[in-house]
Amino acid sequence: MSASQQRIHAARAEGRAALIAYLPVGYPDVDASIEALVAAVEGGADIVEIGVPYSDPGMDGPVIQQAVDVAVRAGVGLRDVLRAAEAVAAAGAVPVVMSYWNPIERYGVDRFAADLAAAGGAGVITPDLIPDEAGEWLAASDAAGLDRVFLVAPSSTEARLRSTVAACRGFVYAASTMGVTGTRATVGDAAEALVARTRQAVAQVGTDLPVCVGLGVSNGDQAAEVAGFADGVIVGSAYVRTLLDGHGPDGVRRLSADLARGVRQRAGAPA
Amino acid sequence: MTTSPVRPPEPRSAPAAPAWPDATGHFGIFGGRFVPEALIAALDELTEAYEAMKVDPAFLDEFAALQRDYTGRPSPVTEVARFAEHCGGARVLLKREDLNHTGSHKINNVLGQALLTKRIGKSRVIAETGAGQHGVATATAAALMGLSCTVYMGEEDTRRQALNVARMRLLGAEVIPVTTGSRTLKDAINEAFRDWVTNVETTNYVFGTVAGPHPFPAMVRDFQRVIGDEARAQLLDREGRLPDAVLACVGGGSNAIGIFTAFVPDDGVRLIGLEAAGDGVETGRHAATITGGSPGVLHGARSYLLQDENGQTIESHSISAGLDYPGVGPEHSYLHDIGRAEYRPITDAEAMEAFALLCRTEGIIPAIESAHALAGAMKVGRELGPDTLLLVNLSGRGDKDVETASAWFGLGDREEVDPGPGLDTDQQPTEGAVSNDEAVAGQDAGESA
Repeated sequence: MSASQQRIHAARAEGRAALIAYLPVGYPDVDASIEALVAAVEGGADIVEIGVPYSDPGMDGPVIQQAVDVAVRAGVGLRDVLRAAEAVAAAGAVPVVMSYWNPIERYGVDRFAADLAAAGGAGVITPDLIPDEAGEWLAASDAAGLDRVFLVAPSSTEARLRSTVAACRGFVYAASTMGVTGTRATVGDAAEALVARTRQAVAQVGTDLPVCVGLGVSNGDQAAEVAGFADGVIVGSAYVRTLLDGHGPDGVRRLSADLARGVRQRAGAPA
Repeated sequence: MTTSPVRPPEPRSAPAAPAWPDATGHFGIFGGRFVPEALIAALDELTEAYEAMKVDPAFLDEFAALQRDYTGRPSPVTEVARFAEHCGGARVLLKREDLNHTGSHKINNVLGQALLTKRIGKSRVIAETGAGQHGVATATAAALMGLSCTVYMGEEDTRRQALNVARMRLLGAEVIPVTTGSRTLKDAINEAFRDWVTNVETTNYVFGTVAGPHPFPAMVRDFQRVIGDEARAQLLDREGRLPDAVLACVGGGSNAIGIFTAFVPDDGVRLIGLEAAGDGVETGRHAATITGGSPGVLHGARSYLLQDENGQTIESHSISAGLDYPGVGPEHSYLHDIGRAEYRPITDAEAMEAFALLCRTEGIIPAIESAHALAGAMKVGRELGPDTLLLVNLSGRGDKDVETASAWFGLGDREEVDPGPGLDTDQQPTEGAVSNDEAVAGQDAGESA
């Protein structure tokens, strides 16, 4: 079983959801970003999404754009991401990479898969790569034994939920709202409905793939709410906001701790 | 594609249907859909509606009537004999898209997409624009059809192209300055996609060129192919023959695809796209995506793009902001790779020489975008020699470029400067004029791309 799925199952065995933290490499600089990633783990993150800076992050809201802009201008690339993966693994969390597709294609899909596996990375989340276009990545991730996490959305049809879930390994990323990344006051009913539909697709495909929810979660209370119906809670912009506001690794550690409490307060176990 | 989406006003014969893309929007290895899953449903809806619409006689009639009565189609073909004296003796014919309502070929596409928006029951359109022309065309179609319209435009461009911002606002559109990333056309596209994914229930994205995820490259081509369908019939009618070469400028590539498509099956006709080489491809300050770029993924499709070793998009440079885009439509990448079309760089200086020449020899002020195609004709004519026939797409008119051109040639209060045909092609902006950099940023992007 994949490392990320194993970790999510371990959380499930403890009667809680997994906490998945996102931070981009290279903000405010590479070393400080790695320090922040490690702090997220120390605060209680189970899985860490290591963000790859990209010049045209079409799915990201202003908070993440602002941070990755700095990293792009500094020339941060996948080599730095591999270093971050090693650090996250050493800190005891499961490192997965979150990347728009072009940086990986440019690096070389097979080469990146091999290098990431060698660095201890568990897999890649691809926000702008759908399984329909992922032939090369499906083969490369199989060869390297990496997870491949595709997204589902409230607008996904049942047929697309099934085909996407069937292509996923590790977990499936349920984008809770129609929109870009960013903190929101409420996570909304759409997330719970999407998770229910996605679980149905998982059952139809006949796997035990965990369903994790991202977009909009920013504090422990929201994490608790999402943990009531999802296997994992993904938090990104709130972490980035903490760094943008100058709270550094300590702020990241505190946020992780708050969110980690949240995922342990969930209402009930998922179906 | 089995049917032409557009009826030429007086069809001589049924236009050949392009053999690509495939059912999932691929032109060979190019094209496709590299977008968040959240947008797939909207793209599917758009594809389905478009496939139905393009064989619907009621739509085809409505579209043809708009093209005739509103845009002013067919656009004429003009032979430019005095200009052609500088083209090695070749004869040069211009396809006059500059005479369309709103001043460029952009209107062809937006009318089609606005009709499609109504058909799928959405009430709001969004568009990207570099400095205005696609934005103005979209605002125009939205006003005509009673749609609400939001246009994303780089912040720098909104400041420097205040006139086009005013035009869009007069037409009832909301113009949103984009302050993210490099604050250019590519960031305006990112911002439009972010709006679309958030408001997709009510909103249709009217994309300005033959790039983006499927179905945009095929759909925009189908709406623009009227240019070549008309021109091919017009040439057969007046010359009794096809041209030796068809030339068009390429930014995103919609005017080029528009004029190329009808000629793609005509093996003897050379198809030549002119890319913006800015200061020269070798300087790195250019927008010649196919000449100087490499395949990758940008804005929802695989195509050639300008990128660094990390896969980050490199900012492009051109005096013509309509060509100032680091990507290119996937069909151009495909036509390049299969050898059906050739793509050549034209520098700012070469384009401005051709710009001045057309002004002084023919009384036509071209868009600076289109001037790249004219510069291509000067080169290709000299190569092909006397009595060859060149068809050039004059994709837009140059009213919007008057300030940039005045700065380039040092006009304004310096009337003694002669920008005529004999001008030094290496001439640079004179001291005190707007610098070349400023001229670049102030130009009209999305114009003839």
